[in-house]
Amino acid sequence: MGRYVARRLLQMIPVFIGTTLLIFLMVNVLPGDPVRALWGDKPPDPAQVAQIKHDRGLDLPLWEQYLHYMKGLFQGDFGNTIAGNRPILDEITQAFPVSMRLAVMAWSFELVVGITLGVFAGIRRGRIVDNTVTLFTLLVISVPIFVVGLLFQLYMGNEWQWITPTVQDSEDMGQLVVPALVLGMVGLAYVARLTRTSIAENRQADYIRTAVAKGLPKQRIITRHLLRNSLIPVVTYLGTDIGTLMGGAVITEGIFNVTGVGNLLFTSLARREGAVIVGIVTVLVLVYLLASLLVDLLYAVLDPRIRYA
Amino acid sequence: MTITDKTADVPAPRSGEEKSGRLLDVKDLHVEFHTRDGVVKAVNGVNYSVDAGETLAVLGESGSGKSVTAQAVMGILDMPPGKIPQGEILFRGQDMLKMSNEERRKIRGRKIAMIFQDALSSLNPVLSVGYQLGEMFRVHDGLSRKAAKAKSIELMERVKIPAAKERVNDYPHQFSGGMRQRIMIAMALALEPDLIIADEPTTALDVTVQAQVMDLLAELQREYNMGLILITHDLGVVADVADKIAVMYAGRIVETAPVHELYKRPAHPYTRGLLDSIPRLDQKGHELYAIKGLPPNLLKIPSGCAFNPRCPKATDICRTEVPPLVPVTEQDGAELPGRGSACHFWKETIHG
Repeated sequence: MGRYVARRLLQMIPVFIGTTLLIFLMVNVLPGDPVRALWGDKPPDPAQVAQIKHDRGLDLPLWEQYLHYMKGLFQGDFGNTIAGNRPILDEITQAFPVSMRLAVMAWSFELVVGITLGVFAGIRRGRIVDNTVTLFTLLVISVPIFVVGLLFQLYMGNEWQWITPTVQDSEDMGQLVVPALVLGMVGLAYVARLTRTSIAENRQADYIRTAVAKGLPKQRIITRHLLRNSLIPVVTYLGTDIGTLMGGAVITEGIFNVTGVGNLLFTSLARREGAVIVGIVTVLVLVYLLASLLVDLLYAVLDPRIRYA
Repeated sequence: MTITDKTADVPAPRSGEEKSGRLLDVKDLHVEFHTRDGVVKAVNGVNYSVDAGETLAVLGESGSGKSVTAQAVMGILDMPPGKIPQGEILFRGQDMLKMSNEERRKIRGRKIAMIFQDALSSLNPVLSVGYQLGEMFRVHDGLSRKAAKAKSIELMERVKIPAAKERVNDYPHQFSGGMRQRIMIAMALALEPDLIIADEPTTALDVTVQAQVMDLLAELQREYNMGLILITHDLGVVADVADKIAVMYAGRIVETAPVHELYKRPAHPYTRGLLDSIPRLDQKGHELYAIKGLPPNLLKIPSGCAFNPRCPKATDICRTEVPPLVPVTEQDGAELPGRGSACHFWKETIHG
């Protein structure tokens, strides 16, 4: 087990270097020049442009820039923004807790509501509950998230005035509830469907028949015997989804004006702030890698037949 | 969370209780499954009974309805699609089909237990065997987790699992096939039920282990004076342990007999066919006999005797009239207790 974790952690190093390099290169081939953009519509002074580029090391060959960047990274220095010259680390540490809160809320929502719906649908397969859940989840999956987001904003925010149309204070958990709901909606649908299929399949299993033959009460059969066996595919999805939720909230954060990672990513992309993008992605890659390691370890907890050596 | 049953109010004493009929009496049981293709008539009027300490072997091919009957007795049929349109299942004189779900649940495991065929898939792969055994005590007797575990170890020792104490926290996949089947037996035995239904308990095991498991089962049955219904298609297993045999075909019992009499003098062509298809050493080199044809499609069971398309002795009456299960007698009319045959020509078959 310990060796397995160590090996997985070591495997993260090449993945980490590979992804950062890839993002670094991709950002550099994006059209547009962040330094020129500092002048806005006015014609820039070539000497000043060259000076800034030289100061920031932007005139060096790409591989040297990458090496510099990585060297800084290992010392905890993500570099500075081009516009404003602020430390990128500050921007990220400001945005991350907000996104984290949003993601955790959306995720818990997926977990609790998704699994509950899935269990009920799976047990009553082919009945009204099942058909309702299946239809509802299909609807959620097929409607793009920005439609759901804008509808929620329109009705809850503007029409019925339950909430403020946009989030005023991204630190306030209460205001993040509706954005989290929107963000978690698609994941919830997938979790419900996965759980439903898994439950419906395992319900036919021989060991469930044994559990019935043992004279166990229905509730115990479901919670102790059925659920645990059925959760393995769901755990995989939920594990990888936490990474998606953190980084993929660009649209939701945009609609509700949450100043999280998604928002930061979007504005940085618009301003061609390559270093910020690479910084965010770096952190997200780490989150992904750790989440998938956690999922793999959880497998062994859920299913004793899986052992890591 | 602990769920406790008060089962004390159900009269339990095994010995010296007033005889309210037999331990188990199945009367004219019908089971059908409603599927998209039509109604599958899996069981069509089965009668059998078991007393305490007695072993009834139910013999038949796949699809003859032997397992479905057992599942109906156990109350673990999937309903729907399953349906019991007719019949009674009397347990100590009480019709279980009229009981509430809760009453039946309390009987399951405590009074009637079942051993399944494939222990690997019948045990929950993600729970330790100790947990699964202990669950019986925790749910039915309300024991604590710790006490239940101690009981589980005791049980595992009962069924002769070596190093029970060390293995109680192991999972089913860590045991060998024979050991797993022992765990299934231990689970069925946990609360010392009055009746055990063993659904092909040795089919998935290799021959040496089969014998061990059957011996163990027979030994424990004697010790606890339990009734045992042994469902099998293995005639060899039956001969050693059963007291009486019921042969099933297409959802009906076609012959009943005390075990040795059946082997000596079958009174139904189907039973004869089964016996003839056992490989024998003294017939080495000869072609092995096989009953021709396939078991009938339960969606459309042949008219008359269901066995008629495969029967070497079939005549016109077999194609039109369903033969009832009639008592079989000696040639001079002397009674043969416990014997019955559902064949128009049972006389010719047994005496001819």
